Amino acid sequence: MTRQTHAILCICCPTGCAAQVIVEDGRVIEQCGLTCEIGEAYAAEEVVAPKRMVTTTVRVTGGSLHLLPVVSERPVPKEAVRDCVRLLRGVEVAAPIETGRVIVDDALGLGVAFRATRAISAAQSPAPPHPYP
Amino acid sequence: MREANYDVVAIGGGPAGMAAALAAKEAGADRVLIIERDRELGGILQQCIHNGFGLTRFNEELTGPAYADRYINMVGAAGVDVWLDCTVLAAAPGGAVTCIGPSTGLTTVEAKAVVHSMGCRERTRGAIRIPGSRPAGVFTAGAAQRMVNMEGYLPGHDLVIVGSGDIGLIMARRMTLEGARVRAVFEIMPYSNGLTRNIVQCLQDFGIPLYLSHSVVAVHGHDRVTGVTVAEVDADLRVRPGTEFDMPCDCVLLSVGLIPENELGKAIGVESDGVTSGAVVDQYRQTSVPGYFAAGNVLHVHDLVDLVSEEAATAGKSAAQFARGLLPDSARQRPVSAGPGLRSVVPQRLSPQAPGRFSVSFFFRASRPMGACILTLRGDGAVLWKRNLRAAKPSEMIAAEIPYARFARAETLEFTLAPDEAAETDLKSMAEAKA
Repeated sequence: MTRQTHAILCICCPTGCAAQVIVEDGRVIEQCGLTCEIGEAYAAEEVVAPKRMVTTTVRVTGGSLHLLPVVSERPVPKEAVRDCVRLLRGVEVAAPIETGRVIVDDALGLGVAFRATRAISAAQSPAPPHPYP
Repeated sequence: MREANYDVVAIGGGPAGMAAALAAKEAGADRVLIIERDRELGGILQQCIHNGFGLTRFNEELTGPAYADRYINMVGAAGVDVWLDCTVLAAAPGGAVTCIGPSTGLTTVEAKAVVHSMGCRERTRGAIRIPGSRPAGVFTAGAAQRMVNMEGYLPGHDLVIVGSGDIGLIMARRMTLEGARVRAVFEIMPYSNGLTRNIVQCLQDFGIPLYLSHSVVAVHGHDRVTGVTVAEVDADLRVRPGTEFDMPCDCVLLSVGLIPENELGKAIGVESDGVTSGAVVDQYRQTSVPGYFAAGNVLHVHDLVDLVSEEAATAGKSAAQFARGLLPDSARQRPVSAGPGLRSVVPQRLSPQAPGRFSVSFFFRASRPMGACILTLRGDGAVLWKRNLRAAKPSEMIAAEIPYARFARAETLEFTLAPDEAAETDLKSMAEAKA
């Protein structure tokens, strides 16, 4: 039996409750310091399986901009955030791009797609190549 | 010089300008124009690629570009004219807007009503007077955000961030994900100026330390920044001698506040509020110059775009009513003031209420962080309205829509924010009982 106490800062409202959550064998058994149900639900997930939305950019060729912002369809496990960004760093798409287009279908086998979060038109006149480092 | 005629012109095509133009169209203005100096609409939203926008406006969490996209489509569908790549040089009382751009040339637009929606600018190193040398590598956080998210440049590899405003926190995460090292965030105040969510998800998630009550006392480096000297400050924000320490870096990002970009307003003598640095307005967001309205960050700096859209819709609707001669005369106004506990209130004036409108939206900033507290409205000294808040922070704007009937007769109105001691005790005992 493993028993762990996690210190959590609740993000659900401006109160910002500082709470302690006690987890035993991967299950929340006790919470203190939280003052509402929304906060309790947040804290319970945050200590057992924290998740984050991931936003980053991918390279664009032949577009009016050099970068396309993309967003994960759903939150991904927190520990996979850096790997998702690393994966997307290697992706390149050709303009024109419409909002919502799937850029990566299933990132890292997590079952989460990444989509374009804006439209980018084709470059009017050939844009000068971008001096990427 | 070319000429054009419009009912309502919004200057600036960010979230405020777009929401104002849409609302003006919906309120019956026939010809509505947005003048935008960038190559596209959306303003700063386009560089804010993180999510969290639109929770109240669209009931979902969108990225900045996605929030902009929704409004760009609505503006297109509503038949609002948009001039891109076009800079407004002057807007005279009476509504003559002079602008210039490669496709419009020099043009004067005769507008029946104008909405100022120019947004804000970042405070720079000069504005907070950081001592030391003047090397390259010191950027405002928003400028760095545009470089990283839109232009494809990385402004540095080894960073410190000065100021814990939301843009600085967001950039701490962004730079880390792009492979840079973020050593620390320094905040001169004893509390953070960012949302708790950003403290947790942008700093704690990546193990980036936040130093409260710390200030940069020197910047080092000749051609490129090589480091900073930091010191602790006391309650009066004075440096505590002997607490100085050095931190190496090749880049410093500043997130030390935003200032409304209100040059066009000042040029025509719009009365301004010394605290918000924006215009003094009434409940229609009309400034002291008739026919000129203001909304969004040019009026007062917001932290949520949803509230910008809401406020700008009020300004746009009112501008349309002014253009059609339907807005009540604003000659007789009542003052609204921010009393103890509050830093600012918008609107600062009340004009006679227009028929069909039954409430007024007020926006406030607390002057210091408080736990449970009570927001109170007094009219001529008597309590007219109250609301209990669970907590208040200077970094999170307080919004309240109050029925007009509550203060219809009061001559002077004052809002105050005071700790709610009874509720604080209750909360504590609740938490203790649970523990």
